[in-house]
Amino acid sequence: MKPAVTLAITGRVLLQLRRDHRTLALMLLVPCLLLTLLWWMFDRDELVFGRLGPPLLAMFPFIVMFLVTSVTTLRERSSGTLERLLSMPMGKLDFLVGYALAFCAVASVQASLAVGLTVGLLGLDIAGPIWALALVAVADAVLGAALGLFVSAFAETEFQAVQFMPALVIPQILLCGLFVPRASLPDGLGQASDLLPLSYAVDSMRRLQTTGLSGDFWADIAVVIGFVIATVALGAATLKRRTA
Amino acid sequence: MATADRQGRAGRVTAAASVIVRSLRVCRGGRDVIPDLSTEIRPGQITGLLGPSGCGKSTLMRAIVGVQRTHGGSVEVLGQPAGNPLLRRRVGYVTQAPSVYGDLTVKENLRFFAGVLGVGRDSVARALDTVGLTGAADDVVGQLSGGQRSRVSLAVALLGVPDVLILDEPTVGLDPVLRRQLWSTFGSLAEAGATILVSSHVMDEAAHCDRLLLMRDGALVADDEPQALLAQTDTRDIESAFLALVERGSDGRTR
Repeated sequence: MKPAVTLAITGRVLLQLRRDHRTLALMLLVPCLLLTLLWWMFDRDELVFGRLGPPLLAMFPFIVMFLVTSVTTLRERSSGTLERLLSMPMGKLDFLVGYALAFCAVASVQASLAVGLTVGLLGLDIAGPIWALALVAVADAVLGAALGLFVSAFAETEFQAVQFMPALVIPQILLCGLFVPRASLPDGLGQASDLLPLSYAVDSMRRLQTTGLSGDFWADIAVVIGFVIATVALGAATLKRRTA
Repeated sequence: MATADRQGRAGRVTAAASVIVRSLRVCRGGRDVIPDLSTEIRPGQITGLLGPSGCGKSTLMRAIVGVQRTHGGSVEVLGQPAGNPLLRRRVGYVTQAPSVYGDLTVKENLRFFAGVLGVGRDSVARALDTVGLTGAADDVVGQLSGGQRSRVSLAVALLGVPDVLILDEPTVGLDPVLRRQLWSTFGSLAEAGATILVSSHVMDEAAHCDRLLLMRDGALVADDEPQALLAQTDTRDIESAFLALVERGSDGRTR
């Protein structure tokens, strides 16, 4: 891995995003608008917003980054630029880490906006520090990016890539404890939810809200980061220098 | 010129082959795209790979670059097996479809690839000049014509001054003036000692090549100098020579 090459990739991805104003606006503003909508819906019952807000703060960056990364890397695979890069002196990790850094940067901005809005304007009560909330959001965004990168290997068109969203993301949303507390899920589903990364992301947000920074919080974050590393390694395995 | 004299384009002294393909076999979708192909390509020359679309030209080129999964035989480039990490700096490859970023400008594309290759920014200006795109440097690639886009892709391959340049149909759809300029660029790169392999489905392009590989259905029907091919088949142009060779082949006689 060469830092100059990694940073060249990061710079290029950010430049491409900067060119695409509409995507950038959608990525940054849609989560804020949805959180505001939620707050307005439960205008009469602040407790509900307090219960739903943190899981959603974990979920939005995850979903948005999953979509953006799966489509961007698929485009890179189908346009021949990935093949060209792999025939150059570029390590696979340069490519993956370069992408991860770029999306990390975007995720930080997105998370800061969403966290600032919910805590500052919409009055969400959090026991832990606000930077920890942003940290979880960034970790979730990187998780989404890593997963998106991985599934892009199994999609032939952008249309297929987008269809992986309901297949891989919605089950995680259903089982993460947002609708039914994870402990009350029926046999089998509870264990399934233990295997899904979004469950830990949502748990860490909840802990931050109720008890603040704790050992359990850091354990949840560690699990999310573990999933990120495993998924990036799987993603690296799908980058083949030789293809049929 | 010293190099050009030693292994120059018109020179009769032939340098050792820089690309050696031995009994290459490539299957795709349960079918042999290239059943068994052997050839050698020399530095200091332009070698033309001519044949109809779908005859396996791109597959052979991909095998030489080392991005094609192969099923037998060997491909050696500059003394290393094709695709060896040591070759990634020394082999330039231009795919048929322009592989550049449509949402970036010409200059941004070149600067990015220069960053990956670790070459200076002066090489960006030089490559732009070579392909005649200096005036379009700040245009977004997606807005350019097809011919301009493929020139951007070619400029990327010229950034690092590679020893081996593999060009898949680089002159398709270009205007004749520019096409002649590009052929003369390839000529001077070859004179400086580079190995140039250019594919085309247009037989007329043979006029610019020092050596020709004529390909059909995944096999070479000829591997010789243009003049020798014409003499051997008693024809006046490469298209007729190609036809004569194919007819001989189907008569069951040796190639």
